[in-house]
Amino acid sequence: MSGSAILLQFLNGLAGASSLFLLAAGLSLIFGVTRIVNFAHGSLYMLGMYLAVWLSESVGFWPSALTAALAVAALGAAIEMSLLRRLYPVPELLQLLATFALVLIARDFALWAWGPEDLLGPRAPGLEDAVEIAGGRFPEYDLFLIVVGPLVLAALHLLLTRTRWGILVRAATQDRDMAGALGVNQKWLFTEVFALGALLAGLGGALSVPREPANLTIDLSVLSDAFVVVVVGGLGSIPGAFLAALLIAEVKAFAIGLGFSKATLVVEFIVMAAVLVLRPWGLLGREAAPLRGPAALEPPLALPSRNVLRALLALAAALALVPLLSRGYALVLLSDVLVFALFAVSLHFITGPGGMLSFGHAAYFGLGAYGAGLLLLRAGAPMEAALVLAPLAAGIGALAFGWFCVRLSGVYLAMLTLAFAQIVWSVAFQWDAFTGGSNGLIGVWPSAWLASRTAYYYLTLGACLAGIAILWRVLYSPFGYALRASRDSPLRAGAIGIDVRAQQWAAFTLAGLAAGIAGALYAFSKGSISPETLSVPRSVDALVMVLLGGIQTLTGPAWGAALFTWLQDSASREFDYWRAVLGAVILALVLALPGGVGGLLGGRSTR
Amino acid sequence: MSLLEVRDLSKSYGGVQAVRGVSFDLDAGERVAMIGPNGAGKTTCFNMLNGQIAPDAGSIALGGRPLAGLPPRKVWRLGVGRTFQITATFGSMTVRENVQLALLSHHGRLGSLWPLASDAHVEEAEALLERAGVKELAARACAVLAYGDLKRVELAIALANRPRLLLMDEPTAGMAPSERGDLMRLAAELAREARTAVLFTEHDMDVVFEHADRVLVLDRGELIARGSPGELRADPRVREGYLGDA
Repeated sequence: MSGSAILLQFLNGLAGASSLFLLAAGLSLIFGVTRIVNFAHGSLYMLGMYLAVWLSESVGFWPSALTAALAVAALGAAIEMSLLRRLYPVPELLQLLATFALVLIARDFALWAWGPEDLLGPRAPGLEDAVEIAGGRFPEYDLFLIVVGPLVLAALHLLLTRTRWGILVRAATQDRDMAGALGVNQKWLFTEVFALGALLAGLGGALSVPREPANLTIDLSVLSDAFVVVVVGGLGSIPGAFLAALLIAEVKAFAIGLGFSKATLVVEFIVMAAVLVLRPWGLLGREAAPLRGPAALEPPLALPSRNVLRALLALAAALALVPLLSRGYALVLLSDVLVFALFAVSLHFITGPGGMLSFGHAAYFGLGAYGAGLLLLRAGAPMEAALVLAPLAAGIGALAFGWFCVRLSGVYLAMLTLAFAQIVWSVAFQWDAFTGGSNGLIGVWPSAWLASRTAYYYLTLGACLAGIAILWRVLYSPFGYALRASRDSPLRAGAIGIDVRAQQWAAFTLAGLAAGIAGALYAFSKGSISPETLSVPRSVDALVMVLLGGIQTLTGPAWGAALFTWLQDSASREFDYWRAVLGAVILALVLALPGGVGGLLGGRSTR
Repeated sequence: MSLLEVRDLSKSYGGVQAVRGVSFDLDAGERVAMIGPNGAGKTTCFNMLNGQIAPDAGSIALGGRPLAGLPPRKVWRLGVGRTFQITATFGSMTVRENVQLALLSHHGRLGSLWPLASDAHVEEAEALLERAGVKELAARACAVLAYGDLKRVELAIALANRPRLLLMDEPTAGMAPSERGDLMRLAAELAREARTAVLFTEHDMDVVFEHADRVLVLDRGELIARGSPGELRADPRVREGYLGDA
């Protein structure tokens, strides 16, 4: 690389850093005051893009960008007033799920309003040309973007340090309760902060229109970028977000410049990992105060009574008899139910008793599925070997990612798991030659002796029930107790010789292995794998299953998986926009039934 | 050689010197009270002794083995038990399970994936609970206990590894006067029979003068006086700085 090429690549990185910073600063600001990690932040960015493209047809780019940002801010205020206000007192897992429901609704809304095709935006009038810099050509618009980032940083800094409003925001960030006790009207402050964060996200989206087309998957991809930036910079720190946005954008620009465009996410991951090892709370972040655990008042885990054990055995026997009655669609649906029950139980294992919020559990399900497909198709392994070895791939993935994850807790952990899952998804999505890219892998069929629907059903039944039984049983072992102890009180756990991180790391790996078994079984039952198998919505599906069944119950997640799989199966055949319907169901569930269906059915007694 | 040797221990938070050049010894079987006003550095000292925070300077040795800078779990394995000023127990477990888990850890069985934890070391756990006077609470969930009871559950947990050194941070806070006497008599028993060294912080001077063999007085991070309760009662600096002229 010549000197001038390096300079141009550097400027390119600066331009990319600006919109990344706008997004991350809003996310950080909202979290600082409301303590809610807004998963819909990427969706606000996406809506900003679509609105800007759409409005520019009638009013031109510059007015449309401003209008789009203001419209998104208004939407943000409406969301805060109608939804988030009800969410402040609920556990953080439910908050995250509710904002994810907004992601689903926003995406289906954009699909309905603007269609599935990418929308190409206009160029910015007055800045269409390129200028000569160090012998190369550099777009004027990118120079403009380079200026926007520091300008916004300076404006935010002045706003937060020099105005009365900024002082109130900082006071609320430091100590919400004390600010309230001193008479700050929190209701409006929260709304205003959320609207400001939304404004920044919408502006970031609108300003990126001349650089890239608006599309439906940008919400989650910019969200995971923003998470990486916020984790690297330190949650709640605006200057930290700026530094981290520069770092990440530069690293990406140089990875592309050096010809590793497919490896940008991997490089991003390595940078994040390095920062987290050296500074677990980010470059400019401070150690987070311990967050409310999801199960502070969970009752003790009693052994199931004889009657409950008998009922579960009877259920297993009934499942074994199903092929005698029906060999049709019921078997397919039941196979799916079993696979997702194991998947949900493995997630519950770390999220409930383990206390680790994971928004990226599909990564391990997907590693199992892709592991099986790749071993069969690329390595020429026999199906049986692929089925046994694939979960190990998921376990190894969980071992590697888990090492970083257990160093964090609460929402930091949730963001990190999501970022890892997004990275695994990108590799599967981008590496056409190996993973089949967006088409995925086809021809992943079981061996002849397992090819019949009945035979494969029995294999699935045996493996899933055994996996679930083992995970449940482990919770009653000393290992399971030490895991719950690490969640209940890390302080006391350390003071009686428990290695909290090692305990959580082992549990994370075990859960990843179990999810990998589910993924491998799923791959062979469908015959094909697509990147959707390990996408973030799949991770959220699992969380919804756990939540639906009740996170504080042991068997709840399995019931939740059954109910969810059945609902999804019927809904996706009935409605075009079933993701939005799912989002609405999640919102209803979070607002009306935080204890889950398991809790409603008296699931406590089956603990 | 003393059981515990603390030399020139220092810790600052930002610009605040919380503990400055603190040195003292503790012998096996001795009960020592650490007193001082709020902010004197008592809890910081405790946190350094059990590995919760690493000292900036100075050394800590237990039976000749250095332990400054080790994490709490390793300090515990060397035989240091601790109760906290704000109690820390496992809320989603019963009182007995809390103690059973500490015993499982003591016996090196935390990695086992199969046996039922609730069947492990039942008798030993019951004996510890009886000793701490909370046997009748064994089946209750820790999350619903009263504060004074939690203090005693913590003590039972702390005794699970037969500590050589027991650190009790305000053990009697939140207890009725009669309960305080019971708890401190239990500490005396441990010191006498198991030769456990007991270091405790306490705001109630009656408890201190009745139950401590020696007293360390901390003020603004420094040890300003030490001696038997009788000696300190006569020390004008202690009277002025801490006891008042009562």
